[in-house]
Amino acid sequence: MPSQPAPGRWQSPETRMSAKQLAKKLKQQFEEIVSGPVEFRGELTVEVSDASQIAEVCRFAKEALGFDYLVDLTTIDNYEEAPRWTAVYHLYSYEHFCHLRLKTSVSEEVSELPSVSTVWRTANWHEREAYDMMGIRFAGHPDLRRILMWEGYPYFPLRKDFPLAGKSSEMPDVAFSDPAPLEGGPFVTVAGGEDSTAREPRVRNPEG
Amino acid sequence: MSSTEVGYNSKVEGDVVHTTLDAAVSWFRKHSLWPMPMGLACCAIELMATGASRFDISRFGAEVMRFSPRQSDLMIVAGTVTYKMALAVRRIYDQMPEPKWVIAMGACASTGGMYRSYAVLQGVDRILPVDVYISGCPPRPEALLEGLMRLQNKISNEPHVKDAKPARAREVAVA
Repeated sequence: MPSQPAPGRWQSPETRMSAKQLAKKLKQQFEEIVSGPVEFRGELTVEVSDASQIAEVCRFAKEALGFDYLVDLTTIDNYEEAPRWTAVYHLYSYEHFCHLRLKTSVSEEVSELPSVSTVWRTANWHEREAYDMMGIRFAGHPDLRRILMWEGYPYFPLRKDFPLAGKSSEMPDVAFSDPAPLEGGPFVTVAGGEDSTAREPRVRNPEG
Repeated sequence: MSSTEVGYNSKVEGDVVHTTLDAAVSWFRKHSLWPMPMGLACCAIELMATGASRFDISRFGAEVMRFSPRQSDLMIVAGTVTYKMALAVRRIYDQMPEPKWVIAMGACASTGGMYRSYAVLQGVDRILPVDVYISGCPPRPEALLEGLMRLQNKISNEPHVKDAKPARAREVAVA
């Protein structure tokens, strides 16, 4: 049997571990706060109950378990449910060639997570996007500015309570915005319609 | 040689054409439009095709695409104008010298298109005076050429010397 492989290195098929084994190791390390893993359609998700420790969990996942690639960092708005925000970290290991998903939730009152930009540098822009669209702040981020909307835009457009059409805003000499005319929409297509006239997007009753 | 000629004699006067200054200026202008390619999305690909050999916008004298607004007199807004880009588009338009014209190419530039969204300007005519709107998503190069010909017609009917008005006060044609 080969000895325990050193981290930060490509693993041969003999020493390679599955996502399940790696999730188990993560659970051993952070027993009180890591639950799961939950498997759904071949994908593993691990919940981290204490959001303030997510950076340590991520650092361990990267440095000890070999999850060297942060595929995506995204956020969910659990509107009218508590806690309001869920942050999702999609990890991939180029050592063990497997995926792992981390989830952690944070309340609207806190709306702040520790930054993982010191763990994976790519998190810098992902966290800026999450801040721009949802308004979740990341403590310890080196440069937490908006990334898609302009500095000074007063809203967070991916929140569930933000209207689809947008809102008016005005930043002199930078940008302005106005609500889009939805004409009774949003327009919805019907899958499997007989012809393109039947399928084309129309204002439709949600019940019909 | 003692005959008295009253009419035009080409042997005496050479190749002279009588016209009005307005007609001559409009003829010069409409066959020498210098576009500012304001390519913002996929319409810009069709705009490039229009400039290339198969469709060849130079047949209409508009092949001199300038990437400096100071050297152009026709802004072709090709693509989705986001609110973040809007004032930059306006600024580039302001930097173009008069006389100047604007083509809103495609659904997005004309109305915001399918983007009924918080991030997209609902038609570039909210910030610029548009002369010709072209439908399509994106419009084919033929449609852009048709729009260009409509603009040429419009220019030939504009007063250039007498009663010249600034761009904002001009009428709008729909292609």
